Amino acid sequence: MSIEAFTSLTSRTVVLPEENIDTDQIIPARFLTTTGRDSLADACFHDWRFEASGKMTDHTLNTTDISSHKILVAGNNFGCGSSREHAPWALMALGFRAVISTEIADIFRSNSLKNGLLPVIVPPEVLADLHEQPGVEISIDLDAEELRFGNHVVSFSTEPFARRCLLDGQDSLDVLLSAVPDIEAFEGAQS
Amino acid sequence: MAKTLFEKVWERNLVTQETDERPAILHISLHLVHEVTSPQAFTVLRERGVKVRRPDLTLATIDHSVPTLPAGPSGELPYVTDAARNQVETLRKNCAEHGVPLLDLGDDRRGIVHVVGPELGRTRPGMTVVCGDSHTSTHGAFGALAFGIGTTEVGHVLATQSLLQRRPKTMRVNFVGTPSDTVTGKDLALAMIAKIGTQGGTGYVLEYTGESIRALSMEGRMTLCNMSIEAGARAGMIAPDETTWSYLDGAAGESVSRDDNLFTDEDAIFDAEIEIDASAVKPMVTFGTAPDAAIAASASVPAGVEGIDYMDLEEGQELTSVAVTTVFVGSCTNGRLEDLRAVGKVLGGRKVADGVKMLIVPGSEQVKRDAESEGLHSLFLEAGAEWREPGCSMCIAMNGDRGQPGDLVVSTSNRNFKGRQGEGVRTVLASPLTAAASAVAGHIADPGEYL
Ligand code: SF4
Repeated sequence: MSIEAFTSLTSRTVVLPEENIDTDQIIPARFLTTTGRDSLADACFHDWRFEASGKMTDHTLNTTDISSHKILVAGNNFGCGSSREHAPWALMALGFRAVISTEIADIFRSNSLKNGLLPVIVPPEVLADLHEQPGVEISIDLDAEELRFGNHVVSFSTEPFARRCLLDGQDSLDVLLSAVPDIEAFEGAQS
Repeated sequence: MAKTLFEKVWERNLVTQETDERPAILHISLHLVHEVTSPQAFTVLRERGVKVRRPDLTLATIDHSVPTLPAGPSGELPYVTDAARNQVETLRKNCAEHGVPLLDLGDDRRGIVHVVGPELGRTRPGMTVVCGDSHTSTHGAFGALAFGIGTTEVGHVLATQSLLQRRPKTMRVNFVGTPSDTVTGKDLALAMIAKIGTQGGTGYVLEYTGESIRALSMEGRMTLCNMSIEAGARAGMIAPDETTWSYLDGAAGESVSRDDNLFTDEDAIFDAEIEIDASAVKPMVTFGTAPDAAIAASASVPAGVEGIDYMDLEEGQELTSVAVTTVFVGSCTNGRLEDLRAVGKVLGGRKVADGVKMLIVPGSEQVKRDAESEGLHSLFLEAGAEWREPGCSMCIAMNGDRGQPGDLVVSTSNRNFKGRQGEGVRTVLASPLTAAASAVAGHIADPGEYL
């Protein structure tokens, strides 16, 4: 089986400068009763984008065309909180393909990599630069592990296995399934 | 070579070592499943024609979406939405199809996933425990390596009983000194998170050591390990000792065999070490919208912290002047018998303040039974609190138990994020003692004067 590959991306940014954006902001828990993974676009940052009455706010996420702004630039420490994979699903449903911050929470990062949403960690001064230029066009090259904007070239690193899976569109479940004989041998030796 | 507790558990469960190109394959001893993060994983299995490989190492329960109010006259549970009911029914179908044991509604062992695992004696020292739930770190209190995973990984474990994992770094958190009687595992956790921040533990497995950790009950240890994730950590662990083994004897109903090798060797090296003076920790509360915005309940709101606008607090304001509308006692952090007993100590012979709504939700059917057999529920009801059926309830507010905009909830749960307990709701995290004291006072209170 294969997953959607990620090799490179050139798009504009949406800046959400808030620090510590947690998974309850990305998708409030009341939307987690779904048993599917589609139709989560409205749930994404729902309480930032809609008033209690259901009326849309004038939040950047509502006034920006995400199809041309697929890169989310967040404040420091993005994605802390729960293990809900609904968070990257919702971000992708809204149209995002990459998230940039100075720190990205472990489980959120792992979930994102498995779904083709690229988490990119950059140094604080680069993030500060990006915050000053909302909407700037960035090119992300996963093979070279570089992002370019203006005359900046910034390198980033991605866990090598997850990177390979993304570049090749390979589903990591296949790797585990092919290791089942090893797993059986381990279990046999244990008991 | 000297090894840490983490290294010993990691190596025991390693199927293949990691290389530059590929993470390690880690075998999973116990996989816990609940209704919210599993349906899409079962769908993938179905699409690929794969069966659950080790249903015997898998245990499912229903906790997040289920109402905590009893069934009405029609026998129907008052689900918040059809989607919530459907999610529960989907888990039931998936478990039946794959032969996964399910603690269904009506089963007297059902409860919050991180309460039932230990309670039923399924969580054991030296194991790897995972669940599609970040607070899986709770089980580390037993000297297990326990961590939360996403739904894709839930699918991996269902299909292969294994995970691809990079070895995390290790950090020792050493608590020195002895805290006072009003200081609980929750207060130690909040003090630690306040010190290292919500990203201080990112990439690490924490090991908690020190005499005040040894002095904690299993319940207190679970509370502390539970909150490890709020410091960004992958997991928290505590080496097993006689407290652990005798808890397990009780849960198993027989003497379980001791494993004497589950401790950190004297010369083992951690990637990082921090020390916290437990004797200086006071009953803690949060005042912002991240768990690291925590300070003594007897203190004032510090300057320059993000989130106090949302909390409608002012710099310099005394926290004990903050009026409370709601108090929630429950969750996998503090919904165990010891927590309810602590609440009982404060509420006994007192009343919940006028205008304050207090919700007490046991963490499991067993906690509910035990509390009722001690008469705690009558004490709660007499004090004016509500006594509910087991579930996650207002910890995550997805079953209909939620606050109203502007409410200030003193909560024994683990997250004070904006809107976590309902849109516009303000959450103050605290221990069961502090929550109960605040319920009686009608404002945030230090439990000292109520004991
Ligand atoms: S009680 Fe809260 S933190 Fe614990 S499993 Fe339920 S929702 Fe998650």
